[in-house]
Amino acid sequence: MSFFTYAWDWVTQSANWHGSGSIPQQILAHLGYSILPLLIAAVIGIPAGVAVGHSGRGAVFVVNLANSWRAIPTLGLLVLLAVYLGFSFLTWLLPLVVLAIPPILVNAYEGVAGVEPGVRDAAKGAGMTSWQQVTRVEVPIALPLILVGLRTSAIFVVATATIAAYIGLGGLGRFIIDGLSSYQYGPVAGGALLVVILAVLVLGFFALLSRLIVPAGLRGQGKTE
Amino acid sequence: MMWSWIAANGAQIWQLTWSNIILGVIPPLIGLAISLPLGIIAARWRWFYPPTLTVVNVIYAIPALALFIALIPALGLTDTNVIVALTLFSLCVIVPNVIAGLRGVPPSVRQAATAMGYGALRRLITVELPVAVPVIMGGLRVAMVSSISLASVGQLIGVSSLGYLFIDGEQRDFPTEIYVGLVLIIALALAADLILVGIRRVLTPWMARS
Repeated sequence: MSFFTYAWDWVTQSANWHGSGSIPQQILAHLGYSILPLLIAAVIGIPAGVAVGHSGRGAVFVVNLANSWRAIPTLGLLVLLAVYLGFSFLTWLLPLVVLAIPPILVNAYEGVAGVEPGVRDAAKGAGMTSWQQVTRVEVPIALPLILVGLRTSAIFVVATATIAAYIGLGGLGRFIIDGLSSYQYGPVAGGALLVVILAVLVLGFFALLSRLIVPAGLRGQGKTE
Repeated sequence: MMWSWIAANGAQIWQLTWSNIILGVIPPLIGLAISLPLGIIAARWRWFYPPTLTVVNVIYAIPALALFIALIPALGLTDTNVIVALTLFSLCVIVPNVIAGLRGVPPSVRQAATAMGYGALRRLITVELPVAVPVIMGGLRVAMVSSISLASVGQLIGVSSLGYLFIDGEQRDFPTEIYVGLVLIIALALAADLILVGIRRVLTPWMARS
């Protein structure tokens, strides 16, 4: 039997769709555990990235962060906090926020820093204040990259929330971790399939979002990463 | 920190570190070998580009743990499983950079090579690829660092790496073990990154040393 037959058999069993810890409940939980850290990271990362991109101060730090944040093993960070704090709100929230900030920060920085000098000068010459230059010119131009940063972080958070089931977090990772410890491949495969579907939906959501909010003249400028 | 634990378990720590190196370093190298032809094709035939980018984005969105699990029926709980999964992720990072690197070669450079009588293949190998090295290397660096770090997640399906120190340290409530794992993985990733930067400098002697 292949991965998909195992996964499909498990996902389509009606018993898995009812009661506590059912598939719909864990999907909602997974979304909840993902959205909160993403929002916190965005609130910290976007203004910080825009500020660095606008002023140029701290650029070296941000560029180095872009390369090195991926070196942090999420599993290690999660278990370290679990050992010190037990399983609490902070145990899962803190690592997810910490790991979601770099892509958002770096892309916001790159988006704003990449605004053409001519455009900047034109905004200044038109009499805009520094605040107006940032909010009316630089941020809209940086929007495609800001969204790429949010998307990268969102994908990352969904994946890490799966691993966080190991230290007791709910969500789709529960099926995987519990299935692995009881040697049942059905829920493991089913949980993995649902996580993949969720991640692809997140990807689709951001594709749609960028169509809706990126000004028409700027489309097609977002890159991967 | 219990330093005595580190001294007493040196052999095991070394063995886990070695496993982590194998699992983390091989995938980006295989990924590079596959990405070069794929990227060259996509840079040359433009219609190949959008579908490649979509596929790459979708694969990259798959959580590592889910991909390891999906490969279990085919490859079992083996090193190969983790290496294949991490190779796929490496492709996702390296292919777009190969394409971007080749597309970023200035037309004047290409024309100069053609004017000097270079054929398409010779121009690709001796001019375009070397000019694209910094961008390709940028992708390889991201792939290498992520792969060394993600290899530890393989421990959740029982594939041995420094991730063992995380799982064991958590079960025994023993932070020292977790710190050792964290520090070693980050050190390995940064060391591999430095080596790649060094290789890039050797390959691009005309660039400023920054």
